[in-house]
Amino acid sequence: MEKKRLIIVAVGGQGNLLASSVLGEAALLAGIPIRMSEIHGMAQRGGVVESALLFGDAKSTIISDGEADVLVGFEPAETLRALGRCNAATVVITNTAPLMPFTVNIGQGVYPDLGELRKLIQQKTARLIAFNAAALAKEADNVLGVNMVLLGALIQTGVLPLTVDQVKEAMTRKTKKRFLESNLKAFQLGFDAAEAA
Amino acid sequence: MHKLLTDDPGGKMMLLGNEAIARGALEAGMAFAATYPGTPSSELSLQFFQISQESDLYFEYSTNEKVAFEVAAAAANTGVRSMAIMKHVGLNVAADALMTLAYVGVKGGMVVLTADDPFMFSSQNEQDNRYYAKLSGLPMVEPSSVAEAKDLVPYAFDLSAKLQEPVLFRTTTRINHSTGVVELGKIPPRHPKGDFKKDPLNLVTVPAVSRRLHVKLLEHYKEAQTLAETSETNFIDGDGRWGIICNGVSYNYVSDAVAELNSKDKIRVLRIGFSHPMPAALIKDFLKGCDQVLIVEEGEPYMEEAVKAMAQEEGLTLPIRGKADDLFTRLYEYNPAQVRGCISRYFGIKDDSPEMLDLSDVPELPQRPPTLCAGCSHRATFHEVRKAAEGLATIYPTDIGCYTLGLLPPLSAADFLICMGSSVGTAGGFSETTDKKVIAFIGDSTFFHSGIPGLINGVFNNHNFTLVILDNGTTAMTGHQPHPGVDMSRLNMEGYGQVDIEAVVRAIGVPHVTVIKPYKVQKSIDAIKEAIAFEGVSVVISKEVCALYANTLKLPKRKPFRVGEKCVDHKDCISSLACPAFYIWNDRVRIDANLCTGCAVCAQICPEKAILPVKKSA
Repeated sequence: MEKKRLIIVAVGGQGNLLASSVLGEAALLAGIPIRMSEIHGMAQRGGVVESALLFGDAKSTIISDGEADVLVGFEPAETLRALGRCNAATVVITNTAPLMPFTVNIGQGVYPDLGELRKLIQQKTARLIAFNAAALAKEADNVLGVNMVLLGALIQTGVLPLTVDQVKEAMTRKTKKRFLESNLKAFQLGFDAAEAA
Repeated sequence: MHKLLTDDPGGKMMLLGNEAIARGALEAGMAFAATYPGTPSSELSLQFFQISQESDLYFEYSTNEKVAFEVAAAAANTGVRSMAIMKHVGLNVAADALMTLAYVGVKGGMVVLTADDPFMFSSQNEQDNRYYAKLSGLPMVEPSSVAEAKDLVPYAFDLSAKLQEPVLFRTTTRINHSTGVVELGKIPPRHPKGDFKKDPLNLVTVPAVSRRLHVKLLEHYKEAQTLAETSETNFIDGDGRWGIICNGVSYNYVSDAVAELNSKDKIRVLRIGFSHPMPAALIKDFLKGCDQVLIVEEGEPYMEEAVKAMAQEEGLTLPIRGKADDLFTRLYEYNPAQVRGCISRYFGIKDDSPEMLDLSDVPELPQRPPTLCAGCSHRATFHEVRKAAEGLATIYPTDIGCYTLGLLPPLSAADFLICMGSSVGTAGGFSETTDKKVIAFIGDSTFFHSGIPGLINGVFNNHNFTLVILDNGTTAMTGHQPHPGVDMSRLNMEGYGQVDIEAVVRAIGVPHVTVIKPYKVQKSIDAIKEAIAFEGVSVVISKEVCALYANTLKLPKRKPFRVGEKCVDHKDCISSLACPAFYIWNDRVRIDANLCTGCAVCAQICPEKAILPVKKSA
C-alpha cells in the first residue's frame, strides 16, 4: 500500500493529540497500517506539539525534512515553522487564526505577516488551503473544535486513504459523547471550507 | 475497567508504546512493579498505578530508582514476576544494586526497563544504556516497534526466569512515545505472593560468596549467548552481498530506506533484538556472506566495536563502518532521510528522494520555549529569592523538575545542574571554594529522591548555603505522580503513610528552617533574607500546591486579576515575572483571565497597585 506521511503541528492545548488519535482509529477501522509518534516531555502548555502519522507500508514512526505528503498546521506561524518537512508536492492545510507566542507578548520576537506567510507556503508547495478554523469552530458552537475543523479539511483533500464515514465512526469512538454533535458539525464546516478553497 | 485489562485475545488495539509495554507485562504474568517516574517512561508506570487500583497487581512509586530496583529485586527473589521501570539516567541511580543483583540473580522473572532518550527531548544527557548490559553481564533486549515491544516483554520475562537473572529491556523515546496497532494476547493469572527461602551462602554477597557468584554469572552469560544465537529476536531480512546490522528504531529507518532505494535484492539486513550478549556466531556467519557492512545504531558504536572484533577473530577484512564523519553520528536520534542518505552514499545507490525546500527567505519565527505555567508558585519563589539576594554575588545550583525552567530570564535562577539531587551536594562544594552566597533549589519529589544525603552532608561538614525546597505537593514535571510527602487521602487513596519535609529537615539538625507561602511576596522576601544572612546551612521550604495539580484536585479557584486604570505602563510585571497570563494589546499590558490563576503575585509587585481582582460582573 502506498505510503502517506502526515505532519500535524499545533500549540499545546489545541487538541492535536486527539486529532491524531481519531485518525489512528479510523485507519485501524479501515484496515490501513498506521504508525504515529508525538513529542511529549517538556512541551507543556503553550509549547509546540508535533505529531507524525504514517499510513501504509512503512516501519518508521517519524518523518524527516522534505518528506511530508501533507502538513496540517493548527496555528499559522507553526505551519510556517514546519515548512521544512514539506517538498514541492506537499499539500498544506493551515488555520489562519494566530495564537501569539508569549515571547511576542513580551517583545522578544516578531509575529510573521500573515499575507507573506501564505505567499511563502504557496510558492514552495503544491497546494495551500488556508482558512480561519477558529471562526468555524466557533460557528459549530465548539471553540475547542479547531482540531475537528482541520480534520474535515484534511479528509476533503483525499490525500489520506480514509473515507468520511471511517473518520466519523472514529470520532464517535474517540471523542466525548457530549461533544460529538458539535465535533461532527466542526468536521463538516472544515470539509466544506476545503472544498470551497 | 482499564483498557489494558481487556480480555480479547486476537483483538487489535491502538496503543502508545508505553501502554503496549504495560500490556506485555500483564500478558507475562507480571505481578509486581516499582518505579521512580521519568520521561520517556512515565506513562508506563501510570498504567500500572491505575491497574493496581482495580486488580491484585502490586505497584509502587518508590522514592528513587535504586529503591524501586531493590523492592522489585526482592519480589523477584521470592519468585514473584517483577519489573523496575526508569528512564536511562535512573539506571545510574540504581546501578549499584544492578551490578550485584547480577551476581545474586532472581528466582521468578525480573525485567528492568531502561528508557533511553536520544536527542534529550526531556533529559540531561543521552547516554547509551546498552553499556549497562555489558558492564553488568546481564542480557538485554531491544524492540523496534510498538507491537514488538508488547511481544518482547513476555519474552524478556521468560528469558529472565530461565537464566535466573534480571533482564534489561531497553527502549528509546521513539518506542515509548510512538503509537501503533498491537494484537492482544491472553492475560494469565498473576501470582502476587511468593516465598523466601533462607540461603545466605548464595544470597549474602560477602567476598567469599561473591567469588562463587561471579563464576555463576559468567555461566549464565554463556547460556544467554547460546540463547541469543538462535533467538528469533535476531533475524535477517532480504538478500545480497551488502550487509546492514541495526537495532531498535534504526531498523525501521533501514527497512524503509532499503525499500525506497529498491535494494531488497542487494542488501541483507540483520536486526539485533537480543543485544547482549551479542550473537557472535550468527554475526560472523552474516559477515562471511557480505562484501561490505554498515552498522546503523543510534548512540555509541556499541555493536560496531563488537562486530569489528568478531571480524578480527575470523580473519575477515571486509569494510565495516558505522560511526564516522561522513556516515553516522553519535549525536541525537536518527531519522529516515538521514539513514537513507548514509546507505545510499556508503553502497553507492542513487537516491532520488524529493529535494528539500529552499527556506532561506522564511523570516525568523518567534520561539515558543517551555515556560513555567501561569500562576506557578516556583515563579513567585524565584522572584522573591532574587529580591532577597539583591546586591549579593550569588550562585544558584538547581535541580531536576519544572523549576529547572527558572534558568530562563527574567527569573535567571539556575546556574548549575548535573543530576537529580545535585543542587544540595554542589551547593556545599561551591560554598567551600567561593565567597559567593550559594542558594540552591530543589523540588519536593527530588528532595526525597536524592536531596536528603546532601543536606545531611551540609550539616555535618558545616557548609554555608541556603537550600530552598520548592514544595508543590506533587511530582509535577512528569505528570503529577505522588511522592512520600503527598497526602494520598486527598486522592481518595488509602493505606499510605506520609513523610513531612519540615520534620525531616529539622530532624537532620538544620540550624535555620523557615516555611514560607510564596504567594505572600513581602513576607517571603523577608524570611528568605533572614535565611541567607544565616552562616551555615539554612533551609527555606516554599509551600504552595502546583497550579495545574490544584485543578486536578478541584481546589477552590481564586479570582483572576486584571490591569486597571492606574497602570503607567512601565511593564515591571512582565519584565520581572514573565507570567504567560500577560499579553500586550495596543501596547498596553493585559491579563488573560482564562490563564490567570489569581495567585496575586503581580498585584503585589506592581508599584502603582494597578493590578486588581476581576469583579464578578467584569
